[in-house]
Amino acid sequence: MTILARRRSIIPGFGITLGYTLLVLGLVVLIPLSAVFLKSAGMGWEAFADVAFSRRAWAAYRLSFGASLLAASINLVFGLTTAWVLVRYEFAGKRVVSALVDLPFALPTAVAGIALTALYAGNGLIGQYLEPWGVQVAFTPLGVVVALVFIGLPFVVRTVEPVLQDLGADVEEAAASLGASRWQTFGKVIFPAILPALLTGFALAFARAVGEYGSVIFIAGNMPLESEIAPLLIVIQLEQYNYEGATAIAVVMLVASFALLFAINLLQAWSRRRMA
Amino acid sequence: MSSSTTESRLVRRLLIGIALAFLSFNLLLPLFAVFSEALREGWQGYQAAIIEPDALAAIRLTLLAAAIAVPFNIVFGVCAAWAIARFEFPGKSLLITLIDLPFSVSPVIAGLIYVLLFGAHGWFGPWLDEHDIQIVFAVPGIVLATIFVTFPFVARELIPLMQEQGNDEEEAALSLGASGWQTFWRVTLPNIRWGLLYGVLLCNARAMGEFGAVSVVSGHIRGLTNTMPLHVEILYNEYNFIAAFAVASLLALLALVTLVAKSLLEWRFGRKAVAGH
Repeated sequence: MTILARRRSIIPGFGITLGYTLLVLGLVVLIPLSAVFLKSAGMGWEAFADVAFSRRAWAAYRLSFGASLLAASINLVFGLTTAWVLVRYEFAGKRVVSALVDLPFALPTAVAGIALTALYAGNGLIGQYLEPWGVQVAFTPLGVVVALVFIGLPFVVRTVEPVLQDLGADVEEAAASLGASRWQTFGKVIFPAILPALLTGFALAFARAVGEYGSVIFIAGNMPLESEIAPLLIVIQLEQYNYEGATAIAVVMLVASFALLFAINLLQAWSRRRMA
Repeated sequence: MSSSTTESRLVRRLLIGIALAFLSFNLLLPLFAVFSEALREGWQGYQAAIIEPDALAAIRLTLLAAAIAVPFNIVFGVCAAWAIARFEFPGKSLLITLIDLPFSVSPVIAGLIYVLLFGAHGWFGPWLDEHDIQIVFAVPGIVLATIFVTFPFVARELIPLMQEQGNDEEEAALSLGASGWQTFWRVTLPNIRWGLLYGVLLCNARAMGEFGAVSVVSGHIRGLTNTMPLHVEILYNEYNFIAAFAVASLLALLALVTLVAKSLLEWRFGRKAVAGH
């Protein structure tokens, strides 16, 4: 076995491709990203906390994370329903529906933002029916949730779909032949099997929503303390040439993103173990 | 499927109804809104908004940024996939995570990092100023930010695809006397071309549509550093809704073309064969 393990591949190009990969990764991604941390390290805790944990910043984090959590939860429910319907049932136009699910990946965020605003404004196609009920969506935190639901849906559908597909009919048949009702089979056999994928999709949608900018700023209203998301606060600091302030908020967001990325990796490992 | 492993007709219809209603509200209506708002005052207003010089300049800049960023990321993606899929080395999974990193970073922060490096008060700011080179608030910054946000697309399609295909065919070609280049062009590339095209489609859609990152580094100079999405924002904020939606409809068309091409690839070759991850 040691001979096999030591056998050198006859395929050429290891050094140059790995070298180029590391060089470009370093120049384009890693060095620029580390600039944020180095810059914030130079500003001192006091100055850092002044901006990063100001009342306005807290309100922005609360909105960004709260709306993202809500939007990801909505996508969890409807994403699972969509994936279920696409995998399990036949209906007219299924292929078109399946292709359409990826629209939020392909449609530029700014386009989504102005389209949703047009729909949900007081005189919009949807807004005009909500306004009489006293429900305001555009230019309120509710609008932020609407935009984040739009961009997050494909993450849940596309993560759950393959797992549902690979789920063998045999376990369901076994459950049914042992007398389980359809609900029991779903709750005790299917749901536990797709749970890791479902949570992964949820986390991916959440992570994307936390950093989202383009689709949100048009519909949000952007009132400080009320409907201002954290990425917008970074932009506002930059527009005032307050680079340190922008950096401080960016560090908080990056740390949160990296923690989420770590959680997603754990979830995916769990999901793979379940599948295997 | 027997009745014990599927739902009753009523439940099936209900679930399909819920999914379709949600997708119509969430996806179809916004798409419809873009075109209906753009054509609100007829074809002429639509046309005028698109052939206006600033709009044309924005279209040109968007095409330019994508024409640099996409090939750059193709070369990177192929190199990274070759190194990762064809060889064993320690730290591989960390490397894959790092390549995916730009997807976890807010687009606004993607723009910010280049301002911190190359802006007037950035690390290289004074040096760039001395040599009369402008990166931020100019085209190079836009290209850099675009490269950053589209960085993982090609690599993440190719890595799992090439891992699944294994080394056998390349090893056969090499042992028959083909050179490394010949093996790549005649064996590897034909094997990965549809997956590569799939990654390029997604990469291009994001490159042309990126807003947040580009917005931070652009400086919003009309006719000079505005890409199409930024031009949409300016028009919208000026309450020039018809023109904003007209330019936006071009981007929506690009999204639709991308979706159709992507679906064709998936139907023809199977999702697993092209969408590696």
